[in-house]
Amino acid sequence: MITFNGVTKRYADGTVAVDNLSLEVPTGEITVFVGPSGCGKTTSLRMINRMIDATGGQILLDGVDVKTIDPPTLRRGIGYVIQQAGLFPHRKIVDNVATVPYLLGWDKKKARARAMELLERVGLDLKMADRYPFQLSGGQQQRVGVARALAADPPVLLMDEPFSAVDPIVRASLQEELLRLQSELNKTIVFVTHDIDEAVKLGDRVAVLRVGGKLAQLADPATLLTRPADDFVREFLGRDRGIRRLSFVSGDGLRLRTDLTVPASAEVSSLRGTTEPWLVVVDEDNCPLGWIASKDLPESGTPADVELAPYGTFVKGRDSLRAALDATLLSPSGSAIAVDESGRVVGVAVREALDEELALVAGGVGGVDG
Amino acid sequence: MNWVIDFFTNPDNWSGPDGIPTRLLEHLEFSGISLLLAMLIALPLGLWIGHTGKGALFAILSANAARALPTLGLLVLIVLLMGVGTIVPVLIPLVALAVPPILVNTYEGIRNVDPDLRDAAYGMGLRGGQVLGRVLVPTALPLIMLGLRVAAIQVVSTATVAAYVGLGGLGRFIVDGLATKDFPSTIGGAVLVALLALIVQLGFGLVQRFLVSPGVSQRLTIR
Ligand SMILES: Nc1ncnc2c1ncn2[C@@H]1O[C@H](COP(=O)(O)OP(=O)(O)OP(=O)(O)O)[C@@H](O)[C@H]1O
Ligand SMILES: [Mg+2]
Repeated sequence: MITFNGVTKRYADGTVAVDNLSLEVPTGEITVFVGPSGCGKTTSLRMINRMIDATGGQILLDGVDVKTIDPPTLRRGIGYVIQQAGLFPHRKIVDNVATVPYLLGWDKKKARARAMELLERVGLDLKMADRYPFQLSGGQQQRVGVARALAADPPVLLMDEPFSAVDPIVRASLQEELLRLQSELNKTIVFVTHDIDEAVKLGDRVAVLRVGGKLAQLADPATLLTRPADDFVREFLGRDRGIRRLSFVSGDGLRLRTDLTVPASAEVSSLRGTTEPWLVVVDEDNCPLGWIASKDLPESGTPADVELAPYGTFVKGRDSLRAALDATLLSPSGSAIAVDESGRVVGVAVREALDEELALVAGGVGGVDG
Repeated sequence: MNWVIDFFTNPDNWSGPDGIPTRLLEHLEFSGISLLLAMLIALPLGLWIGHTGKGALFAILSANAARALPTLGLLVLIVLLMGVGTIVPVLIPLVALAVPPILVNTYEGIRNVDPDLRDAAYGMGLRGGQVLGRVLVPTALPLIMLGLRVAAIQVVSTATVAAYVGLGGLGRFIVDGLATKDFPSTIGGAVLVALLALIVQLGFGLVQRFLVSPGVSQRLTIR
């Protein structure tokens, strides 16, 4: 656990970058520092590994004041990832990753083996190991930066806008990768960003800072979106808070109907009497092919002969209510198809089921919400 | 052209105390010792100034002052003060000539390393000396080598001045040739000095290829 105890940083020119900041970063969780430019995020982060020394208050790392630890020793025990990756240009990728193990005096073979293991972990082709940094794309370099920070298996990871210099698609995949890694490694991560969407996506907890380095709110993403502490936070969160919050509600609560599927090979004549306006047509593996409107059923043949309407799915047990809502909007039937991990239909969430669930969520918010 | 051929084909020029081999060795001795001394002074100073940022102004000012010194004038002055007899009077102006390019390039090379790289190095837990030795120097090596090469070429070409105060070196062919109107000797000496400068240039090119990481020179293409 990292504890900020009334931490203040006043630079030599008098700028107060961080003002009396107190908060806790729980072990094994991702805590995101987010806020507008110049609010003191980087300063707060760098005081943890003493790249900057606080001018007031204390930072405790598992109860030990970081001021009492020699900076290089402290830093070897804390992974650090920066925006521009900062790889050593004269060293091959594998040796870049092994930087801290070398510093810690590991023998070369062991350090390199560990580096290879990490390159694999962060999703890099092992062919990259013998390249130099200039031969990698920005996204690849950033992965190497993450691998390097993890090389000596430090319990704590500090990340300062690590993904903000890459394009949105690469950024999204790096974010996914980080979440996947974290689910395996359970590091204590402090992640700095100015992008609230990134904060909400990655953080177990999000600390919103305002300019002058004051803590505006510290909460889990769903709470943050539902109950912003004040106008500053509300404004910073931006539009569509209600919809975005649905990302944090599981879609598992949806009532599913299992009587709305028909095999593609069924005789349409057998469906004639149905009172349901829409049915899901599935293939022999029970995977969805599309919707069929009962009023459009042909005289004879199978549903496979008809042009089917588009559909949307969400994965039961994994996807959020937001994904389910999105799926309903992709189909004229207004219903979302629930599938399992391998894409087989497990049921259908009809409009009414969604309405019930959304009402429940809105009701659960309670209180006054601006 | 004939003069050059005359000079190099004359067997008298290839032996004895004023033959090409002896003069060449003398020339290499002045140049080599001067360059070595200049490196011993300028490299550590340049590294320290570039790394700590202290004394940068002092370094630039004194380097510029040293550049402004007339080598020949300095040499004559020292000979007047100390007399001849040792090679020291030649070394002083040559060292003064070699220090500025080495100092300035080393200092600039270290100082201009990407600040993010320096930051990352400290952030990984390298100590100050390790940051300098393991990250800054290898990254700044092309510039540092450039300073050394410029200094070496200048020293090799300028070491001819030793001849003006009666010391040896390839300059003797030029100076003595002028004095006795022996033009083949003058031109031959000039050609020798030019060749030597060229060899130094090529030599440094080779050393640089060997010392500078391909990741820094970006010589490799993606496999
Ligand atoms: N070395 C310094 N000397 C003086 N002031 C500084 C120094 N470093 C940062 N500051 C000031 O401290 C404040 C906080 O800076 P900091 O870099 O922590 O902001 P940030 O939240 O990380 O911003 P960004 O999102 O732009 O990276 C700013 O007003 C900045 O100008
Ligand atoms: Mg910052």
